Amino acid sequence: MQDKIEYGKTVGDVFVENPRMSVRGANVYYADKQAIHDVDLDIAKNQVIAMIGPSGCGKSTFLRCLNRMNDTIDICRVSGEFKLDQDNIYSKEIDVVPLRARVGIVFQKPNPFPKSIYDNVAYGPRIHGLAKNKVELDEIVENSLQKAGLFDEVKDRLHESGTGLSGGQQQRLCIARTIAVGPEVILMDEPCSALDPIATAKIENLIDELRENFTIVIVTHSMQQAARVSQRTAYFHMGHLIEVNDTEKVFTNPEHKLTEDYITGRFG
Amino acid sequence: MTTTSIFLCLALLGFGFYLLGRWRAMNASVISGKLHSLPSFHGAYVAMCMFVPVLVVIIAWLLYSGNSVDQQLLNAAPIEIQEAGQLDQTKYLYSIITPAVQGLEVSDSALAAQVTNFQELTKRNKLIRFILILLAAVLGGLWGLLKIKPDFRARNQFESGVKYLLMACSLIAILTTIGIVLSVLFESIRFFNKVPLHEFLFGTQWSPQIAIRADQVGSSGAFGVIPLVTGTLLIATLAMLVAAPIGLMAAIYLSEYASSRVRSVAKPMLEILAGIPTVVYGFFAALTVAPFLRNWGDSVGLTISSESALAAGVVMGVMIIPYVSSLSDDAINAVPNSLREGAYGLGSTKSETIKQVIFPAALPGIVSALLLAVSRAIGETMIVVMAAGLAANLTANPFESVTTITVQIVTLLVGDQEFDSPKTLAAFALGLSLFIVTLCLNIIALRVVRKYRERYD
Repeated sequence: MQDKIEYGKTVGDVFVENPRMSVRGANVYYADKQAIHDVDLDIAKNQVIAMIGPSGCGKSTFLRCLNRMNDTIDICRVSGEFKLDQDNIYSKEIDVVPLRARVGIVFQKPNPFPKSIYDNVAYGPRIHGLAKNKVELDEIVENSLQKAGLFDEVKDRLHESGTGLSGGQQQRLCIARTIAVGPEVILMDEPCSALDPIATAKIENLIDELRENFTIVIVTHSMQQAARVSQRTAYFHMGHLIEVNDTEKVFTNPEHKLTEDYITGRFG
Repeated sequence: MTTTSIFLCLALLGFGFYLLGRWRAMNASVISGKLHSLPSFHGAYVAMCMFVPVLVVIIAWLLYSGNSVDQQLLNAAPIEIQEAGQLDQTKYLYSIITPAVQGLEVSDSALAAQVTNFQELTKRNKLIRFILILLAAVLGGLWGLLKIKPDFRARNQFESGVKYLLMACSLIAILTTIGIVLSVLFESIRFFNKVPLHEFLFGTQWSPQIAIRADQVGSSGAFGVIPLVTGTLLIATLAMLVAAPIGLMAAIYLSEYASSRVRSVAKPMLEILAGIPTVVYGFFAALTVAPFLRNWGDSVGLTISSESALAAGVVMGVMIIPYVSSLSDDAINAVPNSLREGAYGLGSTKSETIKQVIFPAALPGIVSALLLAVSRAIGETMIVVMAAGLAANLTANPFESVTTITVQIVTLLVGDQEFDSPKTLAAFALGLSLFIVTLCLNIIALRVVRKYRERYD
């Protein structure tokens, strides 16, 4: 039997100056089961924040709250204040469609549409009317593929199916597709867990480059990956946010006993 | 011994051999340690050894017995019967014997002897059959029992037996199909010997009357299939115009918009439509929809005949809505959720997601659902018989009455007819053309599905 753990308040630096997103008092329920308990967290601009923790600790659930992806799940209820810049994203005035254009998401398993590479990337700009004509659209597609580091590999076959690419290329295509809409924040839900080490390295380099223009929130199971790509790290445990600190501090000198246990591999 | 009691005997015997085999295997394991297979597999193996020879005997008997009774009867029959032709002898014999066996008065004494002879022969035959079957069963079972040893691979043997059983079942289905196709084909060839193929395929007149006397009115029948094909296509098109949009939109609502509670009620309700017998749809079309359409036509100045293609087509469309919606719903549900989330994650609205991501991905399933619905519409009979009439008009006007291939097959074969007149044989030719049309549709459906299947995954 596990001992009853007193979670108490999150340790470390929860708040930052001038955050891109800020979350206060977040609670999430699946039907009667509470998945997230009273989480406060700021997400700083142009930084990568990593969320780590054992399976089922609520880090993906939390991530999906940040662009209201949980709306698609009937039994999911979210309370608390989630702010993107100054807008409360769960308020009635906010329309979820433009919100998701501002906060993009990349999933665990690459999920390119069964369309051509070009159409995959052009999909977002088309539905949001970002390009006035074909020339502009071509430009957006090329730029996005460039930024995702995929353009040179696919420039000769833009009109072949996106599902014919390798897993790593598909994932970068999904990142390009997200970038094409011009989001402020990119959420990544274990983007490398279905990929081999070489493809993973490429994506990690990419994340580092993307930080210049975007704010990135990444959920990962790999502590090495969190250490490599992020500036801040948040440790979740059983739906509680245990510790938030600079990545270096979390991995060298964690403040909380549970964090230490997790990163030294005592459980999880 | 009746057939039922034989089967009862065999079932009991099989169970007995199963128990014996299991018991023997358990004994063997007590004496010499480990068995290769579980005792129940040994039991099943012994039972299998019993049923295989029984099956062989039964099949052999079925092939042989009919002829043998005929032959023995003929040998005992009076000399004047024996001297008639081969086919007629047996026919004649049975024509006297059958009513007598059924308990009618037998006046002629020679005939009475025939009847008793027949009854004795059948009785003896049944006894021989029972003994043979029993013998095969016991011998087979004993042989199986003898094979039981601790290291005997009863499981492997039994499971390969199961494989052959399954194979035989699928073989029966395939052979039946081939048999039906061949019989239709041969009868059609007989028809085409009387009516030339080009006249059938390209003729625009359909009036399958064959005169009894040469000088009768309308003695020349006309077997042009074109009016029937256009009628069939007209009604199928009308049906699809109703069923395709309604069914598809219902499917999209059910799979993408409806909450799980609405879905759990609405989907079964929609599928009940598929359970209504077509004859009910038929009188609904004939008694409710057709008069309604006619009255409506009168009030807006259109002439709609009381048996119209429109009424049949609309009601048939309603009938096939559940096919379209149910199969399309399955196809839409099979689209991986990750594609949906991907689209929502880019800020698509629900309708954009459906139109641009889900619908293209589900297209192969939807196309095959539609083609299946078309096959249903083409093959449907009852509604058209009752609502669209029998007049073979060559028209594209849905307000007139038309007839379809299936309806004509029914009318050709109803009533007393000679079985080798062009009129009856025409039914087979129609059946063959219907079969070819639906076969082509199915092949197209399979092709479409295969071509697009690998697109997501």
